[in-house]
Amino acid sequence: METLFIQRDAAQRAPGKSPHALVGVVASGNLEVLLERVLDGVRCEVHVKTPAAGFGEVWRAVIEDFIERHAPGGLRISINDCGARPDTVSLRLAQGVRLMTMEASE
Amino acid sequence: MKNALVPSRTGSWYEATARERISGLLDAGTFHEFLGPTARAVSPHLALFDLPEAFDDGIIVGRGKLQGRAVLVAAQEGRFMGGTFGEVHGAKLVGLLRYARDHHAEATSPRAVLLLLDTGGVRLQEANVGELAVSEIIRALVEARAAGVAVIALVGGRAGAFGGGGILAACCSRVVISEQGRTSVSGPEVIETNMGAEEFDSLDRPLVWRTTGGKTRRLLGGAGAYAADRIESFRAAALALLDGGIPAFDLATLAREQARLAERLEKFGACQDAPEIWQRMRLADAARIADLADEDFNQIAQAQPEANHDAR
Repeated sequence: METLFIQRDAAQRAPGKSPHALVGVVASGNLEVLLERVLDGVRCEVHVKTPAAGFGEVWRAVIEDFIERHAPGGLRISINDCGARPDTVSLRLAQGVRLMTMEASE
Repeated sequence: MKNALVPSRTGSWYEATARERISGLLDAGTFHEFLGPTARAVSPHLALFDLPEAFDDGIIVGRGKLQGRAVLVAAQEGRFMGGTFGEVHGAKLVGLLRYARDHHAEATSPRAVLLLLDTGGVRLQEANVGELAVSEIIRALVEARAAGVAVIALVGGRAGAFGGGGILAACCSRVVISEQGRTSVSGPEVIETNMGAEEFDSLDRPLVWRTTGGKTRRLLGGAGAYAADRIESFRAAALALLDGGIPAFDLATLAREQARLAERLEKFGACQDAPEIWQRMRLADAARIADLADEDFNQIAQAQPEANHDAR
């Protein structure tokens, strides 16, 4: 299992009020993304655990692109990967940020 | 813990994730998760095998409302390691059932547990602790029922309810199943591996469904309700079962079930395949059961005494 940690400042705080959200499933070719609104300011942290070793550069490119496009400031994002392709990773990250803007249920 | 849930896009129970099923099953905005993903209660064993973990260990437990009634709910994610029972996964379900057992008598407490089973059984990487987890769940389930709690299994996911999951379904007060759902103990591949393809050909999908599938289970009475493969259909079936009254869990109920099982064995024990059973039951559409639409099938099932005497 390879672990990666990527940290960047986003352009702004992530929209919405949901304290956390989970999207995706740990299944072959898929991944789960846990987003938590726990960081100060516009910092964004992404923690990745992946069984596919040696793809650090691709992960970095996908995540930097995501932070630039979606401005997920204040979010700590934790990923359990199960061999997802880069486009699936981008999709799940975008879904996650959108879910953080939805009303949380009690 | 507050939790935003994504609704299912297709509405299909089979296609939905465990969280999507809960989202569509319960009243909107009522789900409250216990030990959710931010608690990171992950398996302590999978890392030893260099396998990926899930933040909820493949099961979501919590409370919510079903048409205003307080209920407890557990949903297995069949796509994470086949929905298997690991140590943490099992402990979450044991905790939920013990909570039901201990708190059902209070005025606002849940008196029903909905088990959204989607599992191949024990997680083999966790071996003995997985087996122990299933044993503890069965005990907790039986204790909850004995205390007067209704425990309803909902089966219609990709993994079905096999191994310990099949035993658990059989221990429930009632079972709801869809055509896609399957319940049994040994899965088709397991039987084939141990007994040979002549005994059971796991690649023969019609055979697999004729033997373990939802329509067969419903007609034999192993499932008390049949749902279309829609989340709203499972919701309606669960509600109807709760409204229709739950059998007492006592010696008399068990003795009646034992007598019905003995009678079933005597009547159908020599049958080689499910259609032979339908013929002996004198079903009008015995040869076409697999092809019947959900509504037509439901009418036939509801008219069959054998299908409604609730022996697993």
